[in-house]
Amino acid sequence: MTIKFLIEKEFKQLFRNPFLPRMILIFPCMIMLLMPWAASLEIKNINLNVVDNDHSILSRKLVDKIGASTYFRLNGVSQSYNEGLKEIERGTADIILEIPRDFEKDWITGNNPHVLVAANAVNGTKGGLGSAYLSAIVAGYSTELIEAQGSKSLAKPISVNKQALANVEVTTLNLFNPNLDYKLFMVPALMVMLLTLLCGFLPALNIVSEKEVGTIEQINVTPIGKFTFILAKLIPYWVVGFLVLTLCFALAWFLYGIFPAGSFLIIYLFAVLFVLGISGFGIVISNYSATMQQAMFVMWFFLLILILMSGLFTPIRSMPQWAQWITVLNPLKYLMQVMRAVYLRGSVLSELFPQLIALILFAVFFNSWAVKSYRKSK
Amino acid sequence: MKQFIAFVRKEFYHIFRDRRTMLILLGMPVVQIIIFGFAISTELKNARVGVMDPSNDVITRQVIDRLDASEYFTVTTMLHSPGEMQEAFRKGDIDMAIAFGNQFANHLYSGDARIQIVSDATDPNMATTQANYASGIINAMNQGLMAETVDGTGKLLKAPSGIVTDVKLLYNPQMKSAYNFVPGVMGLILMLICAMMTSISIVREKETGTMEILLVSPVKPLFFILSKAVPYFVLSFVNLGSILLLSVYVLHVPVAGSLFWLVVVSMLFIFVSLSLGLLISSLTRTQVAAMLVSGLMLMMPTMLLSGMIFPIESMPWILRLIANIMPARWYIQAVRKLMIEGVDISLVLTEISVLAAMAVVLITISFKKFKNRLE
Repeated sequence: MTIKFLIEKEFKQLFRNPFLPRMILIFPCMIMLLMPWAASLEIKNINLNVVDNDHSILSRKLVDKIGASTYFRLNGVSQSYNEGLKEIERGTADIILEIPRDFEKDWITGNNPHVLVAANAVNGTKGGLGSAYLSAIVAGYSTELIEAQGSKSLAKPISVNKQALANVEVTTLNLFNPNLDYKLFMVPALMVMLLTLLCGFLPALNIVSEKEVGTIEQINVTPIGKFTFILAKLIPYWVVGFLVLTLCFALAWFLYGIFPAGSFLIIYLFAVLFVLGISGFGIVISNYSATMQQAMFVMWFFLLILILMSGLFTPIRSMPQWAQWITVLNPLKYLMQVMRAVYLRGSVLSELFPQLIALILFAVFFNSWAVKSYRKSK
Repeated sequence: MKQFIAFVRKEFYHIFRDRRTMLILLGMPVVQIIIFGFAISTELKNARVGVMDPSNDVITRQVIDRLDASEYFTVTTMLHSPGEMQEAFRKGDIDMAIAFGNQFANHLYSGDARIQIVSDATDPNMATTQANYASGIINAMNQGLMAETVDGTGKLLKAPSGIVTDVKLLYNPQMKSAYNFVPGVMGLILMLICAMMTSISIVREKETGTMEILLVSPVKPLFFILSKAVPYFVLSFVNLGSILLLSVYVLHVPVAGSLFWLVVVSMLFIFVSLSLGLLISSLTRTQVAAMLVSGLMLMMPTMLLSGMIFPIESMPWILRLIANIMPARWYIQAVRKLMIEGVDISLVLTEISVLAAMAVVLITISFKKFKNRLE
């Protein structure tokens, strides 16, 4: 069977390459080590600047309370709002809390005192979450003060709760990720990205490098069929994908203690289908490129779009409607959904049918296109 | 001088004749701006909510309607048991669930009423955001209910006074994600074109052997290296212009500060990237190696660690240290200050001096490393 020899040739070429085998092992390790720490949209260490115009006991207690919070770093105290604004412009402060002059007086006389929170909202999430946290702390402080007075001045005791000023107790329960660990969210998705980069780029570069070097002519004059040829090119990368995925599982468990709530087999099944599709896509691109530079750029272009719009960093449901329609065509989105579903929620195969169908369709489509578009002779 | 111009023309021809790459070079900024401006966002919209309401009275229905009316939530399912709720979450049918206690309205007046917000915390940020918004809406309703609360003698009780927080969002009151991302896209594109393309272009000549011819020509080798940088310099300017135009007119991100200084700082960054490209080209011998080095060791860390998407303050200190070595990080910070916040140039001096220092160091190193001979 000729295909056996072709596969042997491909594996030999892969291992004789001085660069690739090392990269295949080191790149996933580097990504799994670095990215979960870097790629976090969590908001932490917000630099707070306080403008306290009141200097009363009440205002100082409020500042202490905020200082005790882990979200904020009390960076400095300014004498006026404009001075605080300068700190924001300089970049040393992210948010200002201004306490007005008659803060304590207003509170004692029963007029609701106002405080001003000014947040640098260039990073909308940071500004929004920062001001929300600060407002929550102020509201909590306000409730504490009321509780201290409340039992004396109101006829009927009202149960006061951090969240509500009245009779309703509102509690929040976080499912599947009770510690709100951002890494649990990112690590499975990063595996998808790794698979895409390794199993999308490498097959593409492979065929184009043969074109550039000229050895593709040798293959083209043999009676080897298009289908056989492409299959032989793809199989080593499927094996590589499988290995990389296993390596990622081990790293995720070893470095972060992350273990899937669902079954490994389901992940392998979907990953295999995905790798089929994405390597077919790589071959398609290399069929239409003459030089490695072209293939690299076209691939980079598409991959950037696919990765950004796959729900890896930002959720798909935050996108506008037209963008969500475009993501239907994105194979990464489906694998990412499967990964997160199996890792965090322990989903089973019956709950993942739409993704299964989608990935099968992609695999069939891209591979048929790859075989069709390969030209043995111009 | 005439020779230099001839070489520059040659380089321009090289670029224009590779239509595919040129299309991507000019089209990529446009596509990236559109994606980053519109598609990448963390805003909460139409979160699917499931409701478990055993009491089904007037008050619970009011709460449900209020949630549904908000643009943040859409009530999609009625759940009838905790098991049903678990399954709906597992299948990914709902993002959040609201569970009311039994006999809600009755318990309201005895201080026993309970509402539980159950969030799918797969995405922790969204879970926190939607739980915050939901409790905000419920609390607002609460205040309304409180206004109708009477005490033991039938007198209407006023809501106790509390501290009121006025929130002001500076520079970006609508919290549009585009404001945060546009500077990042600028840094990424400029670095991509200048560092990656320049290095690949020079290395290609080495690999195909045409470098030897250039080296033995009477033109000083330094000049023809510079002639390679010129077209990419021009291309970066074109891209810078298109990015700024798109940001202002399509994304409505204004240039709040001085356009002149913005261009000056961008030019400085372009110098830094070009010298990086030159450095990479003198260190590598094949195109693949140049691509991988500039791609993996330059682009990916830039995307991750430069503060483009992910805030640097949220990273552990060692990554923050590494981020300080990235030129893109300083550029993006400078652009955010100049373009989005509109601050005076005097407050951007740190970033400018760092970039200038990097440019000087890199240019010196690449000139020193540049070899006149082939090996």
